[in-house]
Amino acid sequence: MIPLLLILIPLLGGLINFFLKEEKTAKGWALLISLATLAASLAGIAQSGTLSFDAAWLPTLGSSFALSADGMAKMLTLLTAVSFPVIFIATNKNNYKNTSAFYALMLLSQAGLMGVFLSADCLLFYFFWELALIPVYFLCSIWGGERRIAVTFKFFIYTFIGSLLMLGGILYLYFLTPDHSFALKSFYHLHISAKEQNFVFWLFFIAFAIKMPVFPFHTWQPDAYEQSPTAVTMVLSAVMVKMGIYAVVRWLIPIFPEATAHFDNLVMVLAIIGMIYASLIAIRQDDLKRLIAYSSIAHIGLMCAAIFAQNKVGLEGVMIQMFNHGVNVLGLWIVADAIEQQLGTRKFSELGGLAQKAPGLAILLVILAFANIALPLTNAFVGEFLMFNAVFQHNIWMAVFAGTSIILAAVYTLNMVQKVFYGNTVPSTEHAIEAGSNTRAMLIVLVIVIIVLGVYPKPMIDLTNDTVSTILAAR
Amino acid sequence: MNTLAYLVPLFPLLGFLVNGLGRKSLSKSATGVIGSGVILASFVVSLLLFFDVKSHGATIATAFDFINGGSFKIPFAFQIDQLSSLFLLIITGIGFLIHLYSTAYMHEEESHHFARYFAYLNLFVFSMLLLVMGANYVIMFIGWEGVGLCSYLLIGYWFKNANYNYAAKKAFVMNRIGDLGFLLAVFWLLSKLGTVTYGDVFANYSKLSSADMTGITILLFVGAMGKSAQIPLYTWLPDAMAGPTPVSALIHAATMVTAGIYMIARSNVLYSHSEVAQNLVAIIGLATALFSATIAIKQNDIKKVLAYSTVSQLGYMFLGLGVGAYTGAVFHVMTHAFFKALLFLGAGSVIHAMHHEQDIRKMGGLKKKLPITHITFLMGCIAISGIPPFSGFFSKDEILAAAFAHNPVYWGLGVAGAAMTAFYMFRLYATTFLGTFRGTHEQEHHLHESPSAMTIPLIILAILSVIGGFVGIPELFVHDGHLLKSFLSPVITEQEHHIEHSTEYVLMGISVAVAAIAILFAISKYSKNPELGEPAGLGKILADKWYIDELYDAVIVKPLDALATFFKNIIEKSGIDGIVNGVGKLVTYSSRQLRLLQNGQVGGYILFMVLAMIVVVLIWVNDGYLYKMFTSLF
Amino acid sequence: MPIQYYIILSLALFCIGIVGVLTRRNAIIIFMCIELMLNAVNLLLVAFSKMHYAAAAVANKAATEGTEGQLFVFFIMVVAAAEVSVGLAIIVMMYRNIHSVDVSFLNRLKN
Repeated sequence: MIPLLLILIPLLGGLINFFLKEEKTAKGWALLISLATLAASLAGIAQSGTLSFDAAWLPTLGSSFALSADGMAKMLTLLTAVSFPVIFIATNKNNYKNTSAFYALMLLSQAGLMGVFLSADCLLFYFFWELALIPVYFLCSIWGGERRIAVTFKFFIYTFIGSLLMLGGILYLYFLTPDHSFALKSFYHLHISAKEQNFVFWLFFIAFAIKMPVFPFHTWQPDAYEQSPTAVTMVLSAVMVKMGIYAVVRWLIPIFPEATAHFDNLVMVLAIIGMIYASLIAIRQDDLKRLIAYSSIAHIGLMCAAIFAQNKVGLEGVMIQMFNHGVNVLGLWIVADAIEQQLGTRKFSELGGLAQKAPGLAILLVILAFANIALPLTNAFVGEFLMFNAVFQHNIWMAVFAGTSIILAAVYTLNMVQKVFYGNTVPSTEHAIEAGSNTRAMLIVLVIVIIVLGVYPKPMIDLTNDTVSTILAAR
Repeated sequence: MNTLAYLVPLFPLLGFLVNGLGRKSLSKSATGVIGSGVILASFVVSLLLFFDVKSHGATIATAFDFINGGSFKIPFAFQIDQLSSLFLLIITGIGFLIHLYSTAYMHEEESHHFARYFAYLNLFVFSMLLLVMGANYVIMFIGWEGVGLCSYLLIGYWFKNANYNYAAKKAFVMNRIGDLGFLLAVFWLLSKLGTVTYGDVFANYSKLSSADMTGITILLFVGAMGKSAQIPLYTWLPDAMAGPTPVSALIHAATMVTAGIYMIARSNVLYSHSEVAQNLVAIIGLATALFSATIAIKQNDIKKVLAYSTVSQLGYMFLGLGVGAYTGAVFHVMTHAFFKALLFLGAGSVIHAMHHEQDIRKMGGLKKKLPITHITFLMGCIAISGIPPFSGFFSKDEILAAAFAHNPVYWGLGVAGAAMTAFYMFRLYATTFLGTFRGTHEQEHHLHESPSAMTIPLIILAILSVIGGFVGIPELFVHDGHLLKSFLSPVITEQEHHIEHSTEYVLMGISVAVAAIAILFAISKYSKNPELGEPAGLGKILADKWYIDELYDAVIVKPLDALATFFKNIIEKSGIDGIVNGVGKLVTYSSRQLRLLQNGQVGGYILFMVLAMIVVVLIWVNDGYLYKMFTSLF
Repeated sequence: MPIQYYIILSLALFCIGIVGVLTRRNAIIIFMCIELMLNAVNLLLVAFSKMHYAAAAVANKAATEGTEGQLFVFFIMVVAAAEVSVGLAIIVMMYRNIHSVDVSFLNRLKN
């Protein structure tokens, strides 16, 4: 029942939100709904084993409304459930025209995300995959920055092409199933010839690679992150990119084991090139949001490489890193938003010396920045340690090249800290003040999560252990 | 004993939390008491642990499972054995003195910055303790990166100054290069042995092929190069002098930079089985020792001289490690911690008295005004120069003797470096303390001896610098006099080397004589006429540090920057995004062109109809030959 | 007479019709050409019908053989008549509006 609740609460809550005309009510209702979702998610975590739900949906097509929450799904729904209240509280002071619609769409996208992570039926998965995309499309194109129309259009076309390819792949597989079923299990038990695998693999992979995004399918991302309202960017970056990674782990690797093994080096090389490439570009960025975007591409590249190393330690690393990256990047976006809302600029050339004006924010950012470069005893270290380990086991030279990105990460992250917070104040930061208490409170929550999971990551690793074994067994 | 082991890092952590969270509300004196008190508490516990280890041997305290991934388990465990307990004493002992010193040195800071300083310093001690206490390489790595973080924070402590921030960033990034090597070595161990716990690794070293062994040890050494400032990753250390002077004393002289030596001494089992790695360590160490000594000769910033001297002394330690004198290297870590911390604190005292003037050309004649600083500084200079019976003599001699047994050329170069050490140290001493005062009147007027919170640590360290060497008296003088060697023997397997006693006397005599000559030469040259003009010729090259920073800038930084710009402006914008947008444009363009076919002329439409019919007929003609050809494509 | 003659005649008439439709601009002439094409087909249908009937008569089969073709001819003639009535009405309306029956003026669908 809990999996169903996780989708229904934000879905219905979001629909109701459309009709709340009062701004305060809309915000309050959205927060309430997101907290209810969080409670449901925590209840799910508290129950051990896989939670599932099954109802007839389209029996003639062999598709059912099947939801299943195993370790990975629980973790990602938790991430989704945590992110939304944090986003709502941290950006509580921001004003949007037509507030109720904004929050309603946010909640709808949450419902879509939950559905993606919980679906155990491929058609349902596709349905939610699209459902998560559409509200975001409207959010970006209505409330975004100056270039929002062009950018959102590009984003939409990009992901839509991927979706169509995936739909083709799904239908292809569907007709291969003996009982004409979309169920996850039937797909796992398919015996696909190597030749077919090598072909259909790409239909799925491109869709997921665009979503993650992996070099060279990434160019929609910095633009979209930059132009979206920051609350939406947080959703995109903290949760939505995990859809791609999740899908690779859940749908790609187990269904196409031979193709995965066949193309692993190619994909890993692409991912590692992407890591270095994105890190280098991040060094030259002058825009806070774009820097975080490229940094995110680099981190996602590592996750992609670790998945394709196809070993246990890599998958474990990816699992916890999905959560950790979400938490860390969420924190960075909150800081970016706090700066932009207050000072009206994100350009490094117009920032500086904020540590004198906003010491609290500075300390929190420094912790987040060091979590971003995976300093030990922050959460990201554990994930990156496991993932680099996986890449190393696969090929030592790949690990060496991928490893250079941790050096570059230090360069651009410290650049950011230095340019924004250190040095002397500049005219635009002369009258800066400390960030709002709601923002700082949320950052403190995130920082506590970062430290706790960095010191004691065991619960997280244990949570997703069952999924890792399932995936490796299905292979 | 396990509980005691947890207490050691717990105290500084508490200090960090209290000072960090309460920085707005705590008074300066409260901060100082908490900051120093927690380190003193750690020191006391460390002493207890030390004696416990001495009588009962090593123990391992496992707190919890840290990372259980794949098929390996990495516990969060501490190993208290001879080596780590010795380092605990050095870290907490000297750490405490420097905390104490800082309470006076940093007193001009605003109270919340003062608290921030002590919070960082406590965090540093915490990380450093993790580094040496860890029972496996991952815990060591946690401390390893942790000290790097604190180093970054403390170098950039005065964050308003952009240059300081730059220096801090440089230190962190260069350390990260080394850290990557360390991390790769850890992965290598995990993939071959499935464990990183010291005990298991050293017990199973024979399972590693010689290529593995060489790879792992060299990668570990890359880590050490970064942290311990060896060629080619040494340039961050001199820049790190941007931090407050006590920080330089603690982090960039006494403790953090010796982490690399600790790591290799800890892994001595592995290094002893890889000749390639050992030779590499020795050569890099020796090269660094000489190279940075030449630079130190021409520096005019009091802290820069000491910084290059530190790099050079670290080189000696690596030379010791490379020739198998692990105890000697650890011994030198200890004595160096005493006299280098002393020298830095002494320099701090001078800087404090001179109101943040660091240029030795503007000093001179400080002997009278700063008597305690002067005498303690002199002790430090003698100790580092290797004059018996000061501590530096014993440790340096042990390394040099081992180097001679390994290869006499190493010894010769080592002695040359030692002569340079003696020379630049006494150049520094003579220019600063002897002669006449060359600063402004204002400065002269304000010259004063530092408060007792600063002089007491100086005195204690001076005493240690003088007598610290007696724990390692060579076999030559006293049978079984090397207490340190026998203490460390359970964890360090020394590579035995034998030199005739007569030879050893000669070697010792030569190195002492050379050092003494260098000292006399320096004093006579600089006490009356310090060089005040701009250096020229070779001197200029040395003063400009062989242009290594410029070289790195031109060879690594600039090209990378250019590459990044190229990626950002060309590949990303025109390349990848160009293709993506190009596809979009192609679709728009072709639809615009195709639209023209719909010209509204009925005749045109019919023509197409007819043509299409003809095509269909052609496809079906001849028994559908074309059709079959078409379908056979799929 | 062999069937080939009819086929060639019809083909020729049909092609003349096509060429006329494609090349002429006068709506009435295009119209006539379309009629010509239809009648070419009619001719062919009748010819085939006769051929099948003759073949069936030789083999002493049912006498209804080949009637479908003639049925189609009537069908086409009816449709053509309807078409003529509608088409001519359109042409008249066109002439009223633009005082011409030149189809090249009829390109308002463009764009």
